[in-house]
Amino acid sequence: MTAAGLIFSNIHDSNIPELTRFRTLASVPFGCRYRLIDFALSNMVNSNITKVGIITHNNYQSLMDHIGNGKDWDLARRSGGIKILPPFITAYDNNTAQKLYTTRLEALMGVTNFISRCNEDYIVLTDCDVVCNIDLTDVIAQHAETDADVTVVTKKIDVADHELSSHVYVVSRDGEGNVSEILEYSADITGVQEVSMNIMVFKRLYLLNAIQDAAAHGYTNIYRDIINRQKGKVMVYAYEGYYEVISSLAGYFRTNMTLLDPAVRAELVASREAPIYTKVRNSPPTRYADTAKVRNSLVADGCVIEGTVENSIIFRGVHIGKGTVVKNCILLQDTYVGDRAKLDCVISDKSVMIKDGRTLAGHETLPFFLPKGTMV
Amino acid sequence: MFRKKECVAMLLAGGQGSRLYVLTTKTAKPAVSFGGKYRIIDFTLSNCVNSGIDTVGVLTQYQPLVLNEYIGNGLPWDLDRTYGGVKILPPYQGQNGADWYRGTANAIYQNLEFINRYDAEYVLVLSGDHIYKMDYAKMLRYHKKMGADCTIAVIDVPIEEASRFGIMSTNEDNSIYKFSEKPKEPDSTKASMGIYIFNRKKLVEYLEADNADPNSSYDFGKNIIPTMLAAGEKMYAYPFEGYWKDVGTISSLWEANMDLLGTQPELDLNDESWRIFSRHYADAPQYVGPDASVVNSSITEGCEIEGQVINCVLGTGVKVERGALVKDSVLMDNVTVGAGAEVTYSILAPEVTVGNGARLGAPKEVAAGVTVVGEGVTVPAGRVIRDNEMIAEI
Repeated sequence: MTAAGLIFSNIHDSNIPELTRFRTLASVPFGCRYRLIDFALSNMVNSNITKVGIITHNNYQSLMDHIGNGKDWDLARRSGGIKILPPFITAYDNNTAQKLYTTRLEALMGVTNFISRCNEDYIVLTDCDVVCNIDLTDVIAQHAETDADVTVVTKKIDVADHELSSHVYVVSRDGEGNVSEILEYSADITGVQEVSMNIMVFKRLYLLNAIQDAAAHGYTNIYRDIINRQKGKVMVYAYEGYYEVISSLAGYFRTNMTLLDPAVRAELVASREAPIYTKVRNSPPTRYADTAKVRNSLVADGCVIEGTVENSIIFRGVHIGKGTVVKNCILLQDTYVGDRAKLDCVISDKSVMIKDGRTLAGHETLPFFLPKGTMV
Repeated sequence: MFRKKECVAMLLAGGQGSRLYVLTTKTAKPAVSFGGKYRIIDFTLSNCVNSGIDTVGVLTQYQPLVLNEYIGNGLPWDLDRTYGGVKILPPYQGQNGADWYRGTANAIYQNLEFINRYDAEYVLVLSGDHIYKMDYAKMLRYHKKMGADCTIAVIDVPIEEASRFGIMSTNEDNSIYKFSEKPKEPDSTKASMGIYIFNRKKLVEYLEADNADPNSSYDFGKNIIPTMLAAGEKMYAYPFEGYWKDVGTISSLWEANMDLLGTQPELDLNDESWRIFSRHYADAPQYVGPDASVVNSSITEGCEIEGQVINCVLGTGVKVERGALVKDSVLMDNVTVGAGAEVTYSILAPEVTVGNGARLGAPKEVAAGVTVVGEGVTVPAGRVIRDNEMIAEI
């Protein structure tokens, strides 16, 4: 019952173009000190998956910088460990235009070497758009027990509670409860639905065959062309824990804010059994000044806080000046806010500088976004 | 493979640190927590790396488990090197028997082989119990410029405190003509910082002679330095200006922690030009609750603050529950302060749990001293622990 992992780092970049302009979705910063890939990677490591390929597409400098040699996830290994799998243009047929892959299935065609060289029984595929802390050993055990070809991890949600995009897939079952189809989400789907978390376990050899078949027929979509078309044994693993999908800037905003709930923190990032690992930056502790007033906020290390902060997510190395009031904000790494500024519902990307006395506000449905390195 | 190194550092980390009492019952002093996410030894190790010294022998003896684990392969300080790096040097059994380190000089003597393997020209001797930021490369340049056999870093101390230190009396060119260990009537304010640079050949010579003397206490301050001085070797004082604190006592450890606070802290850890590295893990970010208040404090990862924190330094994973008040205190890793409890002018060692409504310490202005609670102690709910008390177990 051994498994290797494959993580798609770019597949959903278009979900939040604001934050993926300079980076992969996988390396989008999240929750004070994490990046989205930390959840996918930590879930694997915590489930004893120690050979992980990360499939990249473009703009993956920040991702490689974050991952390094994998040491922070305990994945700097002689055998196995982390392998970054950059795109491989000539890998699939009929690619006269020399285009990079656009779908998971095309991406998999480019990494058949990695998959065929694995000697693990199963391959776990995951994207980086879902935030969760899941025990994959349980999923793999069910997969093995049911002798399934594919097991898709799903979550029952009320679609109204989430900002879903067409990147989310919805499971439909037949009268006997078996999976009949998994289809793209569209706005006419309402109510409580069982959605795919884009986490799947494949029998490795079944996956290899499916990839070859797809290459031969020009198939491109893993749900449509493998799960729905191939008629292998498809099972569902119903996950019941915390689930959020990052499909828009508003969703990103709301998902970050869920961390202010102690129960969410306890399950997602503060679990002793299944911690979320991330690159350690060696920041000093955060210094709260005499004038600091911090309420209901999550703060990373390395900050200096002299002003007021409420209901906010403050990343590493942020400076908040005297007399400044920050409410409902997400301030990414090394944001500098001067004195007497007022911010409400602002998302600032890395190294943004907000000068003294500025007033900036958005709304939680449309947060005011400041791109990386801007000065206001 | 051993490549020649110009300078090898030997870090004395074997002392018991008995004046830290319950904080060092299970831990060697250099491994005692400091400043929330550091250990005392981080400062010396980081100074080495920042000064370009990449070969460091750490001499351990007393309670080495935590220290050894902490240093590990040296990765957090970039000291996991193919050539050099950090090496733990415990006492060992040799062909002529086994011996504990009988003194600071004896510890180095027993590890001369380590220094010789790197064919080092200079040996930097350091102690693992001081908090300071110092560029040893500058001191080495000074040592070479002066053509010294031994250079000792000194810091100006107030004359009334001088009798607590080893005092150097120097000529105008900083050459040392007299050394007095804790003099009753000091004639100089230049206190030794316990940082020495020796020419290796001279050091070997004096260590061998010292080792042959059965009446020696095998100590740098008591034996090696006075003997070298008496023999007329070229010895210079290297004046250091900046923050330096010996954290050998409870009150100095408390003070050094407090020096991290304020708008312009005396000891600035945010200084990008001289980073202090430490081994730490990915804990959850710190959370400050809706009714909490955090004022003039240093807080680190994993903390959950629901109560009031004033003038404190908190380690990783500290919980301050609702209605609790923590003031003028140092709380090390994973301390929990229960609802309604009050902790004032105290140092709580790692894993201490303070029960609901308990009261520890007294206001700094009236207290006779810092209250200290040892590692892993659970203070029962409602219990009162007075100022200046030292609790090893309950």
